[in-house]
Amino acid sequence: MSRRETTRRSPVGRPPLPLVALGCLGLALFVVPLAGLVGRVPWSTLPELLTGDVVTEALRLSVIASVSATGIALVLGVPLAWLLARVEFPGRSVVRGIVTLPLVLPPVVGGAALLFALGRRGLVGEPLNRATGLVLPFSTWGVVVATTFVAMPFLVITVEGALRSMDRRFEGAAATLGAGRWTVMRRVTLPMIGPSLAAGLVLTWARAFGEFGATITFAGNLQGRTQTLPLAVFVALESDRDTAVAISLVMVVVSLVVLVALRDRWWRAL
Amino acid sequence: MLDAPAAGVFVPAEERRIGVVFQDYLLFPHLTVLENVSFGLRSRRVSRHEAASRAHEWLGRLGLGGLETRKPGDLSGGQAQRVALARALVTEPELLLLDEPLAALDVTTRTELRHTLEEHLGAFAGPRLLITHDPTEAFLLADEIHVIEDGSITQAGTADDIRLRPRTRYAADLAGSNLVTGVAHGGAVDTGTVTLHIADGELDGPVLVTIHPHAISVHPHRPVGSQRNSWPTTVERVERLGSRVRLRTGPPLPLTIEVTESATEELGLEPGTRIWVAFKATEIGLEPEVQGTGT
Repeated sequence: MSRRETTRRSPVGRPPLPLVALGCLGLALFVVPLAGLVGRVPWSTLPELLTGDVVTEALRLSVIASVSATGIALVLGVPLAWLLARVEFPGRSVVRGIVTLPLVLPPVVGGAALLFALGRRGLVGEPLNRATGLVLPFSTWGVVVATTFVAMPFLVITVEGALRSMDRRFEGAAATLGAGRWTVMRRVTLPMIGPSLAAGLVLTWARAFGEFGATITFAGNLQGRTQTLPLAVFVALESDRDTAVAISLVMVVVSLVVLVALRDRWWRAL
Repeated sequence: MLDAPAAGVFVPAEERRIGVVFQDYLLFPHLTVLENVSFGLRSRRVSRHEAASRAHEWLGRLGLGGLETRKPGDLSGGQAQRVALARALVTEPELLLLDEPLAALDVTTRTELRHTLEEHLGAFAGPRLLITHDPTEAFLLADEIHVIEDGSITQAGTADDIRLRPRTRYAADLAGSNLVTGVAHGGAVDTGTVTLHIADGELDGPVLVTIHPHAISVHPHRPVGSQRNSWPTTVERVERLGSRVRLRTGPPLPLTIEVTESATEELGLEPGTRIWVAFKATEIGLEPEVQGTGT
């Protein structure tokens, strides 16, 4: 009987107590604030709070901005990752540094930089405005640009890593079967890095969904136009605590659902 | 012409009509067997329907019918090898290149898959180029052998040419052993022409027999001693390799024998000399031969 019990346990034995204690403390750091938030939720007025104009418009903008940013990151980020992983060019490490800069830069600085570059009087913004009449700052497009700026590095580094670690002989095998570069990319490379690509997209989306600093700096805080959920929380904290808590709850739930649902399917690649 | 660096000609891999079977096959893990085999046709813009039907035909020809929807991860080594072969052959290449197709395998599987390969290589009519480090593989599978040393070809010819007239020390070592097939039963192997005594009494069924040229002794008369395998024959050819001499003997079982120059002098060996050959049962290398049913 005792024998059966020992075999059921992992062969390594009981996890060491200090690790368990520190691990739980680490977990508490994440769980306690969530509990604090949930404890403050005004459950009785929640439906009204969440169906108000401010919240629904912010939610709509958040979804639009985060999904667009993810789409743009897919279209632009995958080629960029491919170039970084596969093409030797001078200054590649510098380029890689620039691409990952938004990961460490305060988003406010990123937003300010975007403003100087793409603002009405900006380096690119001015000719762009003259040519197309497009004004990025304080527009929904501006939100998308700011969000993409901050979130795309997650996709690029994930995909670049996958491309580097992939066995390139499969691409060679495809070439011997008559597949051109594009077919190889479409039918061999992309499917083989599929799990990492999916993981990168999820990370990118999650970062985009929670973006605050660059957005408020570059696109401002205009309800219905540039005010995403995080911005709405920021405003509501000053005036209407209950709404702030309600929006926060929405963000927590949406993000958690997406991350948990996708984690088991695709995150193994990370 | 593929690449001619001097003339500045480089043909990209996808435009060369060469079917390649890679060392560990490199079947695309995310595609099914059918998709793997149709890949080359689809890449060359053959319609989906026709690609599938031609892939089906090759899978059937290589005994892989019914595995169409499997993923490469669910195949045995032999099946994977044949899928790789089908994938290369379905595009009707002008040349089939087999790059160390058996090198990554353990000994038992290697023997089995060598057989599969032997059986199915005939399915391709064009030139077949097999790259290998294993002389047995080369001698069993190749019609013509090119010995490459330090990047250049030092000898080219049939298996017999290399075995009988190795031009370099390396080729001689490669060509090393005599290779015979036979059927083992009760401590003996029947090769069809002679019965060889072997040390293993348990072995039963088809076997691959190797006898090293050094292991065989040459006598002017019937030898008396511990050598259980012995028969009279005639010297057919004599090849000198520095201080070593290679003999080729005639029926009943042609053998390559390596002796010293002084022994050749003493025994007066030249084509036509009547001799006795002898070797011990323990000097015989044996490898069970798996029948090429391909599973």
